[in-house]
Amino acid sequence: MQPLNRLQTAWRAAQDIGDGMLVNLGLGMPVHVADYLRPEVDVFIQSENGVIGVGPLAPADRIDTDLVDAGSRRITLRPGAAIIDSSWSFAMIRGGHIDITILGAFEVAVNGDLANWDMRALNRGPLVGGAMDLAACARTVWVIMEHVTRKGAPRLLERCTLPLTAVRCVTRVYTDLAVIDITPAGMVVREILDGMSEAGLRERTGAPLTFAPDCRPLAAPPISMPD
Amino acid sequence: MPIDKRAGTAAEALADVTDGATVLISGFGGAGFPNVLIRALRDRAPRDLILVVNSATHRYSYTHELIEAGLVRKVVCTAARGHSKEPSPFERLWMDGRIELECMPQGTFTERIRAGGAGIPAFYTPVGFGTDLALGKEVRRFGDRDYVLEHAIVGDLALVRADTADRYGNLAFRYAQMNFGPVMLTAARLAVAEVRVALDEPMPHERVQVPGTYVDRVVPVGA
Repeated sequence: MQPLNRLQTAWRAAQDIGDGMLVNLGLGMPVHVADYLRPEVDVFIQSENGVIGVGPLAPADRIDTDLVDAGSRRITLRPGAAIIDSSWSFAMIRGGHIDITILGAFEVAVNGDLANWDMRALNRGPLVGGAMDLAACARTVWVIMEHVTRKGAPRLLERCTLPLTAVRCVTRVYTDLAVIDITPAGMVVREILDGMSEAGLRERTGAPLTFAPDCRPLAAPPISMPD
Repeated sequence: MPIDKRAGTAAEALADVTDGATVLISGFGGAGFPNVLIRALRDRAPRDLILVVNSATHRYSYTHELIEAGLVRKVVCTAARGHSKEPSPFERLWMDGRIELECMPQGTFTERIRAGGAGIPAFYTPVGFGTDLALGKEVRRFGDRDYVLEHAIVGDLALVRADTADRYGNLAFRYAQMNFGPVMLTAARLAVAEVRVALDEPMPHERVQVPGTYVDRVVPVGA
């Protein structure tokens, strides 16, 4: 009953990306979703800096310093890609043209509230970027995060304790222990780590859980984390 | 007189910038930073500047040189966090109360600039509603959703990086260089672009991404 590692969690979320979608992947864990898409799906990945059709990272001999994503990664373009300016890129986001965004998070509440940045980080300047636009306006907002904090406190809560990124936006959370839908009727567990008890998951969750009648075991292929 | 917007040097292009200017500076994700113009502005050393820039500091941008030279009164941005584990000099100045900071969502940032160049004084956006960033702002409901009122940004000076210009100031960008460049050029009284190359001949019409009528001066700086 080993919890999924971060790449396995990204793999699990990637299996639910549908063919033909326009997808935005947040910095950190979510960008790895692009590495695990099902082979039969053909999707465009949008980056906030205006790249519509992010391809794989550029190999060392093909780096172009003008070709980057919002995370300053040196990328390539997929066939059919286009590049637009920031104003248009965010009009695309606010206008509801992004089918799915997958974001990291610190906390998600039972009403879908999302806290994924901290204006009040001790001794650091605020870091807002594009997450608030994506969370408020993408047609579907999914979250990838660890189920509990390093100290073992739940991240799925009745109410967020950290400053909000956007209200009532998250509809699904992929964690190292479970896949949970955020519904008007509360948090519904779709998948639970193989071997983990329902009581064990409830202990690690700060809001009531309902288990779907067809709740399945959560599993992913072995993927080793880079050093 | 035939139009020719090419300036000989970055210093010439910025010769009339004054204290207190609001300066819009493009660049994001590592591309499109007008670093030659930023250095020329530092050397000219106008004081009490307001910088409007996506990242207060970025590892590929020279904006930190303006801040560390003591030229900046306020930063308007979407990201104010340095890249190292320790606070950046900018973060220290801000924590010491020696520099003002206004931080906002990136889409709101670019739309405020777009509005400034498009004759729209303010607009409502759903982004930020219900968060700390909407505190004190006007909120209005349209349909079944709440929106926050945000005001346009206009500048005295825009500094933008592009790839190619011609004598008319027409601009073409390479890949992700574009980012905030087009809207910033529309929203400042003096719009200056540094480019890899400025052509003697007019650029082919279909290559022009920003019409030169928005651009006051271009400075060829090489690669």
